[in-house]
Amino acid sequence: MPRTLYEKLVDQHVVATIDDSHVLLYVDFHVMNEYTSPQAFAGLHSAHRPVRRPRAHLAVVDHVNPTRPITDLSQIEDAGGRLQIETLSANCARHGIQLFDLFDPRQGIEHVVVPENGFAWPGMVIACGDSHTTTYGAFGALAFGIGTSEIEHVLATQTLVYKVLKPMQVRIDGALPTGTSAKDIVMAFVERVGAAGASGFAVEFTGTTIDALSVEARMTLCNMAVEAGARAALIAPDQKVFDDLAGRPQAPKGAALADALRDWQDLRSDPDAAFARVVEIDTRAIAPLVTWGTSPDQSAPITARIPAPQGAGDQRALDYMGLDAGQPLDSIAIDRAFIGSCTNARIEDLRRAAAILDGRTVADGVTAIVVPGSKQVRAMAEAEGLDAIFKAAGFDWRGAGCSMCLAMNDDVAASGERCASSTNRNFEGRQGRGARTHLMSPEMVAAAAVTGTLTDVRTLMKATP
Amino acid sequence: MTPFTTVTGVAAALPTPNIDTDVIMPKQFLKRIDRAGLAIGAFHDLRFDTDGQTRPDFVLNRAPYNQAKFLICGDNFGCGSSREYAVWGLQQLGIRAIIAPSISGIFFGNCEKNGLLAITLPPGDVDLLMAHADTPRTALMTIDLDAQTITAGPLRIGFDIPAARKALLLSGADHIQQTLDRAATITEFEAKQAATRHWLWARG
Ligand code: SF4
Repeated sequence: MPRTLYEKLVDQHVVATIDDSHVLLYVDFHVMNEYTSPQAFAGLHSAHRPVRRPRAHLAVVDHVNPTRPITDLSQIEDAGGRLQIETLSANCARHGIQLFDLFDPRQGIEHVVVPENGFAWPGMVIACGDSHTTTYGAFGALAFGIGTSEIEHVLATQTLVYKVLKPMQVRIDGALPTGTSAKDIVMAFVERVGAAGASGFAVEFTGTTIDALSVEARMTLCNMAVEAGARAALIAPDQKVFDDLAGRPQAPKGAALADALRDWQDLRSDPDAAFARVVEIDTRAIAPLVTWGTSPDQSAPITARIPAPQGAGDQRALDYMGLDAGQPLDSIAIDRAFIGSCTNARIEDLRRAAAILDGRTVADGVTAIVVPGSKQVRAMAEAEGLDAIFKAAGFDWRGAGCSMCLAMNDDVAASGERCASSTNRNFEGRQGRGARTHLMSPEMVAAAAVTGTLTDVRTLMKATP
Repeated sequence: MTPFTTVTGVAAALPTPNIDTDVIMPKQFLKRIDRAGLAIGAFHDLRFDTDGQTRPDFVLNRAPYNQAKFLICGDNFGCGSSREYAVWGLQQLGIRAIIAPSISGIFFGNCEKNGLLAITLPPGDVDLLMAHADTPRTALMTIDLDAQTITAGPLRIGFDIPAARKALLLSGADHIQQTLDRAATITEFEAKQAATRHWLWARG
C-alpha cells in the first residue's frame, strides 16, 4: 500500500502497538534544555532509574542565559536561571550526557545548534522538550516537542507512547515574490488554516517552491508549522539536505554514510499515497506579512489594513495590542526591534536583514537588538562583517540564546511597548507583561527598525541591476 | 499520580480560543528545578494586576469559580510552549479536568501524564456545558470517568477516551514502569535497527 513520508517514518520506529491510535515509538535522538528538563531528571532519580542510552541525548543551555557577555556563571544575577543551568550540568555529568554549556563555542538555541552540528538526519525520530522541535523536519526527520514527563520517559526508556497523526499535504508551487521569504510562506499557511488548523496532523510541505528553498529556509518553515498546531512538519530530503549534512561534525561518515544515503533515497511520499487533507498555497498571493493580534494566525499583508474583528477573540487581541480595525498596518509605530529566535536567527536571516540595514540607521526612539541563533552563527556573521553593519545601524550585537523570543532572561519589553520581532509567537505577555509583539521576517524587522514604523520591506530594497 | 475516578465540583467557563501556555503559566514561574509552588503562577497575569491585587473581572477570582475543579474552554486550549509547568500549576490550583472542543497536542499529552483529565467534545456539547457553568447555580458538575459521562443538573453528556488511557487515569499507575515492563521488546527493536539501519547508530 502506498504510504506518505510521515507513515514511513512512524512505521520504521514502531516498537510495539498500544491501541488503535497509539504506538510505542523509538526515539533515535533527544535534545534537552535547562528549563524543561530538571524535573524529569528529579523524577528519574527518585525512582532510581538509569538513563537507557546516554549517547542518544544532547543538552544545550539557551533559554535563561543572558546575551550580554559573561565569563562566569556567578555573573548571572537571576538565581533561578543560574540554578537551572547548574542543575543541567550536574545532571549531564552524572549520566554521561553531552552538554553544550554556556561557555562552549557550540552553544546557542537548541534548534539552531542541533542541525548546525549535524545531529539531525533524514529518517530519524527526534524529540525535545520544546514545541519548535518540528524544525528538524527540514531534514526529513520526524521531530516533535514533548513535555517534561515525556522527557523522563525518553531518558528511562528511549521510547514514547505516541499518538499517530493524520498526514496533511501542503503544496506550494511557484516562485517566491520579491521581498518575501520562508517566514512569509509559513505565516501565510498559519493564517490560512488557523492556529488549530493543523492540530492532529503531521504536515508535509511539497511543491516547486519548497524544492527551491535553501535548507535553512526549510527550517524556518518547519519550525513555525507548530503555530498551526502541527505536531510534526516534514520535507522530503533531497540532494540539498545531503550536501548540507556532508562534513558536519556529527553526521554519519564513510560506509555508514553510503548506507544512509541509500536508505534516505526512499524517504518520500509514494506518488499515490493518500493524505487526510491537502492545502494548496499560491505563491503569487504571498506578500510580506505582519501579525496584528496575539495569535500567530492573526496576520495580514503589510499593505493591508487591520481587518474587522470576527468574534470576541479578535476584539480582545486588538484591545491588548492597542490597535483599531481599519488602521493601515504600515502606520503602526514601534518601540523595539528584535532579530533572533530559532525561526529566524541563522546566517541567511542575518544576511537578509543586514542587506536592508546597510547604510541606514535605526530610527530615533527605537531600541534594536540582534541575537544570533548560536555562537557559530555569530562567528560566521562577524567573519562576513555583518556585525559591523548591525552595529553601524544602531543595533545591539549580542551573544546567542532565546533572549527576547520568550524573555526568560533580562531582555524584556516593557508593558505597552511595541516590538517588531522575527520570532514565532505574539502571545499576550510573551516578550514581557503587557508587551505587544508583531511577528514578521527578519528583513521586515530591519525595515521597521530604520523607519520606526511597520514598513513594507520592498520599498527599501535596492533595485537589482 | 492521583487516580481519577468520579469527581464533583464547580466548572468555570473560559471561552476565549487559543489560550496558550504563556498565559496559563507565565515565564516568571518557570525558573525552578522542582514542581512545587506553582498555584500562584496559574493564569497569574489574568488573576492579578501589576500591583499584585486580585482582578475581580477574572472568572477564577469570583465565587463559586474560585473553587473550580473543571475548566470549560474554547478551541485550541493549551497551545504554544511545551512547558509542563502549565499543567502542574493548574493541578495545584485544584483543577482536575479540562473540557474543550480541541486541546493542543503537547499540552494534552502533559495533562494525561499527570492525571489531569483532558476531554474533547463536539462544539455543541461544549456550548451546553459552558452555559451551565456560566450560571453559578448550575455550575456544579460531576465527571464519572468509568462511565465516561459528564453530568450537570439534568444534562448528561458522554465522552470518548481510549481504553489504555482510561485505565491509566483510573489507576494512577506509573507510565514509565508500564513501558519498562516492555524492556525486552525495546532491546529487540534496538538490535534489529542496529542491524538493518546501522548508520543510525554511527554518529560522528
Ligand atoms: S528561540 Fe524562542 S521558540 Fe525557539 S526555542 Fe527559544 S524560546 Fe523557544
